[in-house]
Amino acid sequence: MLPAQAPTAYVGTANVIAVLILLAEFGMFRQALLRDQIRLYAAQSVLIAGLAVLVAAVRQLPELYVLGAATVALKAIGIPIVLRRLLRRTYPVHSLEAGHDIAGSGGLGLASTVLIGIVVAAFGFFSAKVLPVSAGAAPVTALSVSLSVVLVAFVLMIHRRDVASQAIGLFSLENGISLAALVIAASLPLILEVALLFDLLLAVVVFGLLIRLHHGRADTLSTSGLTELRG
Amino acid sequence: MTVIVLLLLAVPLAAGLASVLLPPRVAAAVTSTCGVASFGLVLALIPGISHRDLDALGFIRVDALSVVFLIATSFLYACVAVYSVGYLDKVTDHRYSRRFWVGLNLFAWSMLAAPMMSNLALLWIMVEITTIVSALLVALEGTDGAAEAAWKYVLLASAGLAIALLGTIFLYYAGSRLLGTNYSLAFSPLLGIAVKLPHAVIRLAFVLAVLGYGTKVGLFPVHTWLPDAHSEAPTPVSALLSGSLLAVSFYAILRFYQIAAITLGGGFPRDVLLVFGVLSLLVAALYLLDQRDYKRLLAYSSVEHMGILAVGVSFGAPIALTGVLLHVLAHAAAKGNAFMGAGVLVRKFGTKQIGSVTGGLDLLPWSGPLFLAAVLALSAMPPFGIFRSEFEIVTGGLAASRNAPAVILVVLVTVAFLGLSMAANRMLLTPRSAPALAEEVRRGEPSALMVVPMAAGLIALLVLGLHPPGELVGLLDRAVTMLRGPA
Repeated sequence: MLPAQAPTAYVGTANVIAVLILLAEFGMFRQALLRDQIRLYAAQSVLIAGLAVLVAAVRQLPELYVLGAATVALKAIGIPIVLRRLLRRTYPVHSLEAGHDIAGSGGLGLASTVLIGIVVAAFGFFSAKVLPVSAGAAPVTALSVSLSVVLVAFVLMIHRRDVASQAIGLFSLENGISLAALVIAASLPLILEVALLFDLLLAVVVFGLLIRLHHGRADTLSTSGLTELRG
Repeated sequence: MTVIVLLLLAVPLAAGLASVLLPPRVAAAVTSTCGVASFGLVLALIPGISHRDLDALGFIRVDALSVVFLIATSFLYACVAVYSVGYLDKVTDHRYSRRFWVGLNLFAWSMLAAPMMSNLALLWIMVEITTIVSALLVALEGTDGAAEAAWKYVLLASAGLAIALLGTIFLYYAGSRLLGTNYSLAFSPLLGIAVKLPHAVIRLAFVLAVLGYGTKVGLFPVHTWLPDAHSEAPTPVSALLSGSLLAVSFYAILRFYQIAAITLGGGFPRDVLLVFGVLSLLVAALYLLDQRDYKRLLAYSSVEHMGILAVGVSFGAPIALTGVLLHVLAHAAAKGNAFMGAGVLVRKFGTKQIGSVTGGLDLLPWSGPLFLAAVLALSAMPPFGIFRSEFEIVTGGLAASRNAPAVILVVLVTVAFLGLSMAANRMLLTPRSAPALAEEVRRGEPSALMVVPMAAGLIALLVLGLHPPGELVGLLDRAVTMLRGPA
């Protein structure tokens, strides 16, 4: 069983990391350059890995060290490399310098979407309080934050109008779920965690293929042309 | 039995590997053989599984409920594999055919593996793999429409599955409180302690799972990817998507239902499924009335039938649950046939528009009547299997005093029948007009191999409707006992 009383320094650090993860999500939310969005995603993944290592150290769950390492290798290094290569292929270098990799504008103005993001984040944060989740490996506040991350990622995917941002939104949504898993499912067997990560890698490859297919057909990353199928 | 199960996992994978290495013509032959072999293997499983569940290697667990879904998937895998040989016989692009065969086998493999998993996390992973593989298959045609449909599909389905993963994690939390931190999300131990699980967490996990996996089942309001993907995918893939992929995701919901029904009692999980089911049925029935693309028409019919499944489970009566499981099988056969017929129409007329197809029954001496029979079967006409299954579901609804939902079900199914039959009438029975006659579409079948699997599907529908074999009835009864939980 887990110890009933955790040191307060641990709770504080874990909560700070969780809030930083949410801030990274908001950063992606308002970041216009796809390159920077990918960097933020990598940073967010490093934070997740950091939290995993922290939980591993305090709760004596050595498997989480491996999970942290796998998270860094895959989400902070692997996926960003795949995504950046993809962007480089869809836009030649000179147009990158000219700022052509700016993500398609959202459906609403930036201020309104950030407001919506704050509202859903608050909703997620406080709705988790209702849950009868008393104690986990990480502080329960981190679970509230993780629900906020998930909801903000949904808003991100909804309001962005380009395939790359939508994909990054989905991957960061997955980061939010990883955060929740660290709180309430930290002892999930490592083999399953690694299988989940491997699954994510497959998904990234397929997303990459489809982004390239989309770019090859439409010559843009924008989704504004995806209106053929309806009814 | 363990050997059979392992073979069942190995055969499609081997066919996929062979398709990578061998020329497409050989791959086609290998795939058809493996498809038929898989169906044979599943049939061989039935007698053993009717008596006891099978656990193997720590991650495999096959019980009566899994086998019902294995039958549906392997039957369609066999039919579609043979059908695709005819479907692709004019394709000269070797890269296209190779990708098609590899994708088809891996897709079938993932759908066969999902119901065999003993562990809810592995089940999730397998369902996610079905998404990834099928998204590539949807994009295979490489048209603008296919690119759009594949993107919508992979994004919506992955987001939905993320929600399902959240539900799975909450379930793990609930289980690990009682089973200790070494618990691995295995299904059987969870079922054993389900009575003692905390109610609020299970409620949350169940709703998240219904919403998440429901995205892949095609339940309203998260069904929006479904018509696009079904209409833009190569037609054999559409048949598999509709007949087995949706069912496999529904299987995942049933596993959560099994646990939730024990923890919470029938009330809450049934109400959730009832709401999703009735809304899906309503929306699909209305969309069926105004469709111009016949593959989209069949896709909305799938939404309708998935709604029927959800409503059927919500009735909770044993006869309704038997109906639901029979419906899974009959829908696989009927929708497989309908899509295979649609594929013949696309080949013959070169269009997916309902308005541009006339005189189908005259021009297609075999697949025309078979397609018509499939549409009638989908509309729950006797003597086909769906008539029996829907009859059982409605009987169960009345037995459980869910009179209003049962009446709504019958009304909406009738509306759906109207939509389907108007379109079928327009395409098959209307004689060809003079300008269309001038186009010179000759009478005859594009390929005999596209007709044979449809004939097999019709036989299956008739068997299920007229006299389901005793072994199958025993299997369904056993699965129903599991779904009902302790009395």
